[in-house]
Amino acid sequence: MAGLATSFGSGAMSNSMDDVAENAASMLIIGSNTTEQHPVFGARIRQAVLRRGMKLVVADPRAIDITEFATLHLRQKSGSDIALLNGLMYIILEKGWEDKEFIQTRTEGFEDFKATVMQYPPEKAAEITGIPVAKLYEAAEILATNKPMAVVWAMGITQHIVGVRNVMDLANLQMLLGNMGVPGGGVNPLRGQNNVQGACDMGGLPNVYPGYQAVPLEAVRQKFEAAWGVPLSPQVGMVLTEMMPAAGEGKIKALYIVGENPVMSDPDSNHIRHCLQSCDFLVLQEIFPSETAAYADVLLAGVSFAETTGTFTNTERRVQMVHQAISPQGEAREDWQITAELAKRILEIGERKVAAAPLSGWEYANTAQIMAEVAAVTPSYAGVSHERLERGDHLQWPVKDASHPGTPILHVGQFSRGVGKFMPIEYVSPPELPNDEYPMILNTGRVLYHWHGGEMTRRASGLMEIYGQALIEVNPDDAVHMGLDNTARVRVTSRRGSIEAEAWVTDRVPPGMVYANFHFPEASANELTIAALDPTCKIPGYKVCAVKVEVV
Amino acid sequence: MKTVRSLILVSEDEASNRLGARTLFQNLQDALQEFDLQEEVMLSTITDIGRSDALPLVIVYPEAVVYGPVRPEDAHYLIEEHLYKGRVAEDLLAPIRQLSGRIAWLRARKGTLPAEKRVVLRRAGRIDPESIDDYIINDGYLALGKALTKMTPAEVIAEIDKSGLQGRGGAGFPVGRKWSFVAGASGSPKYVVCNADESEPGTFKDRLIMEGDPFALVEAITLAGYAVGANTGYIYIRGEYALAYQRLENAIEQATAYGMLGENIFDSGFSFHIHMHAGAGAYVCGEETALLESLEGKRGEPRSRPPYPVTHGLWGKPTLVNNVETLANTLAIICNGAQWYRSLGTLSSPGTKVYTIMGQVNAPGVIEVPMGITLREVISIYARGMKPGSTFKLAQTGGSSGSIIPASLQDTPMDFESFRKAGVSLGSGALLICDETTCIVDLAKVLLQFFRFESCGKCTPCRVGTQRAYEILKRITEGQATLDDLDEFPRLAGQMEQTSNCGLGQSAAVPLRDILKYFRAEVEAHIRLGVCPAGVCPMTVERESAQTKTPVLAPA
Amino acid sequence: MVNITINGNAIQVPSGTTVLRAAEQAGITIPTLCDHPDLHPFGGCRLCVVEVQGARLPMASCTLPVNEGMVVTTESPALTKSRRTILELLMSNYYDSGYKDGQKETTQFMRWVKHYGISVKKAQAPAPRYPVNSDPNPVIWVDMNKCILCTRCVRACAEIQGRFVWSQGGRGFNTRIVAGAETTMLEARCETCGACVAFCPTGALDNRLSMGAGKPSTVVTTTCAYCGVGCQIDLNVKDNHIIRVTSNPDASVNGMAMCVKGRYGYDYVHHPERLSKPQVRRYLLKGEPKPKASAGANPGENSDPLWDWVETDWDTALRITAEKIAQARDQHGADSVGVLTSAKCTNEVNYLMNKFTRQVVGTNNIDHCARL
Repeated sequence: MAGLATSFGSGAMSNSMDDVAENAASMLIIGSNTTEQHPVFGARIRQAVLRRGMKLVVADPRAIDITEFATLHLRQKSGSDIALLNGLMYIILEKGWEDKEFIQTRTEGFEDFKATVMQYPPEKAAEITGIPVAKLYEAAEILATNKPMAVVWAMGITQHIVGVRNVMDLANLQMLLGNMGVPGGGVNPLRGQNNVQGACDMGGLPNVYPGYQAVPLEAVRQKFEAAWGVPLSPQVGMVLTEMMPAAGEGKIKALYIVGENPVMSDPDSNHIRHCLQSCDFLVLQEIFPSETAAYADVLLAGVSFAETTGTFTNTERRVQMVHQAISPQGEAREDWQITAELAKRILEIGERKVAAAPLSGWEYANTAQIMAEVAAVTPSYAGVSHERLERGDHLQWPVKDASHPGTPILHVGQFSRGVGKFMPIEYVSPPELPNDEYPMILNTGRVLYHWHGGEMTRRASGLMEIYGQALIEVNPDDAVHMGLDNTARVRVTSRRGSIEAEAWVTDRVPPGMVYANFHFPEASANELTIAALDPTCKIPGYKVCAVKVEVV
Repeated sequence: MKTVRSLILVSEDEASNRLGARTLFQNLQDALQEFDLQEEVMLSTITDIGRSDALPLVIVYPEAVVYGPVRPEDAHYLIEEHLYKGRVAEDLLAPIRQLSGRIAWLRARKGTLPAEKRVVLRRAGRIDPESIDDYIINDGYLALGKALTKMTPAEVIAEIDKSGLQGRGGAGFPVGRKWSFVAGASGSPKYVVCNADESEPGTFKDRLIMEGDPFALVEAITLAGYAVGANTGYIYIRGEYALAYQRLENAIEQATAYGMLGENIFDSGFSFHIHMHAGAGAYVCGEETALLESLEGKRGEPRSRPPYPVTHGLWGKPTLVNNVETLANTLAIICNGAQWYRSLGTLSSPGTKVYTIMGQVNAPGVIEVPMGITLREVISIYARGMKPGSTFKLAQTGGSSGSIIPASLQDTPMDFESFRKAGVSLGSGALLICDETTCIVDLAKVLLQFFRFESCGKCTPCRVGTQRAYEILKRITEGQATLDDLDEFPRLAGQMEQTSNCGLGQSAAVPLRDILKYFRAEVEAHIRLGVCPAGVCPMTVERESAQTKTPVLAPA
Repeated sequence: MVNITINGNAIQVPSGTTVLRAAEQAGITIPTLCDHPDLHPFGGCRLCVVEVQGARLPMASCTLPVNEGMVVTTESPALTKSRRTILELLMSNYYDSGYKDGQKETTQFMRWVKHYGISVKKAQAPAPRYPVNSDPNPVIWVDMNKCILCTRCVRACAEIQGRFVWSQGGRGFNTRIVAGAETTMLEARCETCGACVAFCPTGALDNRLSMGAGKPSTVVTTTCAYCGVGCQIDLNVKDNHIIRVTSNPDASVNGMAMCVKGRYGYDYVHHPERLSKPQVRRYLLKGEPKPKASAGANPGENSDPLWDWVETDWDTALRITAEKIAQARDQHGADSVGVLTSAKCTNEVNYLMNKFTRQVVGTNNIDHCARL
């Protein structure tokens, strides 16, 4: 969420799902297959259309399910989002639909931004995106004249080499229309995993401590050094997509992985396997022997969500209780206990010594005590406690103190960074475009019935009965050219690898595109994807890579 | 076939007989022969006339003049004056105060009755239904022109209100009040919906209006739109009415071309558009809220009321829903005034009513007559009597949602108030005339068969109640019922009436009550004696192909 | 606000409230089947009829908006008679084939049937009208013999999920609930969210995975572990097993709604492949060096017996792990250790992972798959 942090100073969903579903007069969904990836929110959006007549514009190369409810479906070419957004903003400026007062009082950098947008007249945007000029005008009118308008996106925006720029351009759009800080508006990135938001909030990132307190800041470091009783590194650490090659090159000697399956979920699986194999010591704390386990030296048996107590923070910054329903299966242990035990042992035998400090210890009787420690060092969680949550308080961070009611809408009256910053964003073409050898574009993602690397859902009997194997979506026109009927298998090959799976001939995908998921190890799309990274936030460009498709 | 121009009824209750009614009857018969009127005038008796101090009574139709007391020796004079010379014998007229009950209305009918009085059907069959020019020549668009140029919407509604017009779809709700409700409802836009889903079995009066005078309906809907403040009208027409649909579409097209429909009609600033919608064959869609659901593209299920369509109708907006015949009446009222309209029919039910007559009569068909004439008049005069050898047993009114009218009630004037008092219903204007060859149980079974099929299935009492009632009736016709089953009827009927969501479920219960109320002996004969007096019911179980139904469980 | 009187109690409710909701607010229970607070009123079952002063007939309270000065009676001998008749009519078209269902508890329908003293055996239909288990959906069980046509499934599918799989087919006594144009649920584009099951008051729609599972010993409200929406769900637990997942009507984010994964994707928790003990490679126990994969083998394939997994106790596994990490850090510097924390784990675990990385190891090499 680095893009939003640049524009607004805070990188999270600005409004609540309920607020958007109840109050938005129009909505732009871009790069989010909402009804399959966030089904319950997707259902709310359908109801907003059905009950309130909310105008919905969906921008997606695929005819995803929610397009059935859309007032307008824009089928832009993969990776052309910036051209689309700039083109829309050109029209908004041309028609004078921008919120001049908002721009005046709450933003900066407008003139530079405008100069860039003026480089994208609708004709040019149409050429890059493949969307007819008339539709661009129609979309701009719907979004600019039905306010408040909410923008909703997910991985289809961020999993590009230009992901951060995409996000900043969406922030530009919402500032241009004055849709920030109001009910029913805002920038609303939907987080993929159940607790991505929490993992980020808790400092599971190489550049920030809990609550997005920056690692390089002296004062922050001193605060944590005082709390934890040990000198801390001022150096920003490696991100996942840097750590893997570093392991391959021998720079990373030991990896401690909890509940992740990089072999399935990271791009260019072949490369990942090689890197993990090269690592000296890999400890994996998991609930299943995942594909990554083949490379691990130690497997620690952790627990599922049903066997532990704690909190998750959802995509709208809402902190909610997780309650233990059953005891850990077999001799498995709750993850917090494993990590604490490991910490204690390392501190005992290693050279690094910890001084006495208020929060230096690792003795926790329960997770409520851990949350108390979080609250003590994390301003945005200062008022969060298990006790309040158990009492039924609905808390969306920032929760500034024990009596603060939480913050359903961010940026009301003021942005975290003061004024919002317009960023001039130029379109750049995707890193890998089709050529003669690899003539088609591969788009990847998930499906309704499965989750991520599939470790859980492939072991859920009901889900497997409904969707039991990988399917590769192929457009009927392409199918005809290939001589493919609906039951045949296809082989999809990129510069990095090859998979085989059954084809699903459907006009969900436009001609020239195939779509694959990464739920099934025998045909995971990530065998094919490209590890090219966004320069700022280092997300791989999962959504566009060049492939060839053959009937098997 | 016997055709009569007049009908004379002599009261023959016990009191009348004591006072010489039988002799009077004989004397009247003699007098008719004397004047050679026996072929033109029919003589009959009437039993159930309520109390009167003027017995014996003689009632002469179609003028419906009531004489009494009439002594046997007055017979010659009466026939000579009234039927030979054609003037009312004033000195023999019954004093009105001495009349009570059902007889009193006759004097309220004001003057004489013409054979047929056509108001809504006056152009049907006489003009080219596909030519707006022909329509205009025959007084077409006079009413709308008058309303748009000389009257405010409130004045239009006031005129309709004064006319006393009641809805002709079956319920008889005052039309002026309904219009003023819609006009006064907050919410916009407003709609006018014409209920042309004429689906009551045996009813085809609306079809005749639509096929014969389609422009009148288009004009009337436009008029209603002006009055209630709507700019859009819908005609929800029965899907089977292809010709009517075609003619109405043509009418809309021509009216639009002539500027009688569309923007700024008659330069009045009032704009109106009409859309056609064909139903898909569901009886229940004739119920106004089910019709609205269907029009919105949903399953045709009646809504719960309140709120009513006048405030929450089509798309939740104030909506006027009127039947074809009702709307057709409004044109004449605006043209000729409420005063004129009130000169037709009875005090409480002004105007005319279109009936469709079927069954064991000599001349089935459509008639339009003033409100308040009796079933006996309809059968004897307009339908030209029962078929030879047939005796009138009962009539079934208003298709299936009407009621059963036994012969004993055939002198009840057919208007909303009198029927309500008598506990029967005028329905939609169908008259199925049955004779002794109709078995009452079989008739009820046919009706319930219809209901259990045509119930929308939404509410429990109607969906399951009609099925259970049908099963019991079927058992009676198969000789399998017990007297206990008859006790179930009032219980079931009561609950269906009490708890059903709409009129269909409520009226589906009516036959269950009616057959026991009027024909209990006949019903019991099926059970006690094991015979069907009319010889209709099989009185034995009709074998269905034996089907073994066992639960099919999936393999574990 | 509108003033009304229900059973002699003066009540004030906002205009537009139905009599049923107003009664609820006053703590008065009116029997209902087709009504559900999350769905638009339907007015079909007629069980909720009440007497309204001045009204000719009893009225269905679920669809009746309050009016100023309305006087309502919810219990009377006549109403009891009506309700009993309605339940008898419904029962006369209901058939229980006797299998063990997948419901959390007694169905709402059976509760009212028993409340009004109706014998199920005597009142139910003599034979089933439909095949039991009539839809092949892998997680939803369909037995239309138990259907009372309350249409809660139809409305749930339309008003919660926006999918319009269910509708009423036929009319009159032949009315029945059908998927699509009388096809299977999945062919009718069902997303298998199970909302219809959650709203069904009779067990006509049921949880196939839970058939015969019985009543739970505890029901635990927790947060779903799939996507970022964060639905609140109820885990039904018996013998330390999750036997079903049910909606929690008070769930702040999702109400009664859930998706197919949240409602039916739970049995992985008990999957036989679950890691139940720590495992280490044999070489670690023997103190041998890490065996190299043979040349030419695919990554991850290593047939060396020293690379075999050995189940061990926690103390051993933790000791080895602590030693290896401490060793890497002490010999190669803190930045030679990398930590991947998990977007699936709780905040508390993530906080500890962050503290572990920074305090215990001394590096900032921590990440998770937020970007992915």
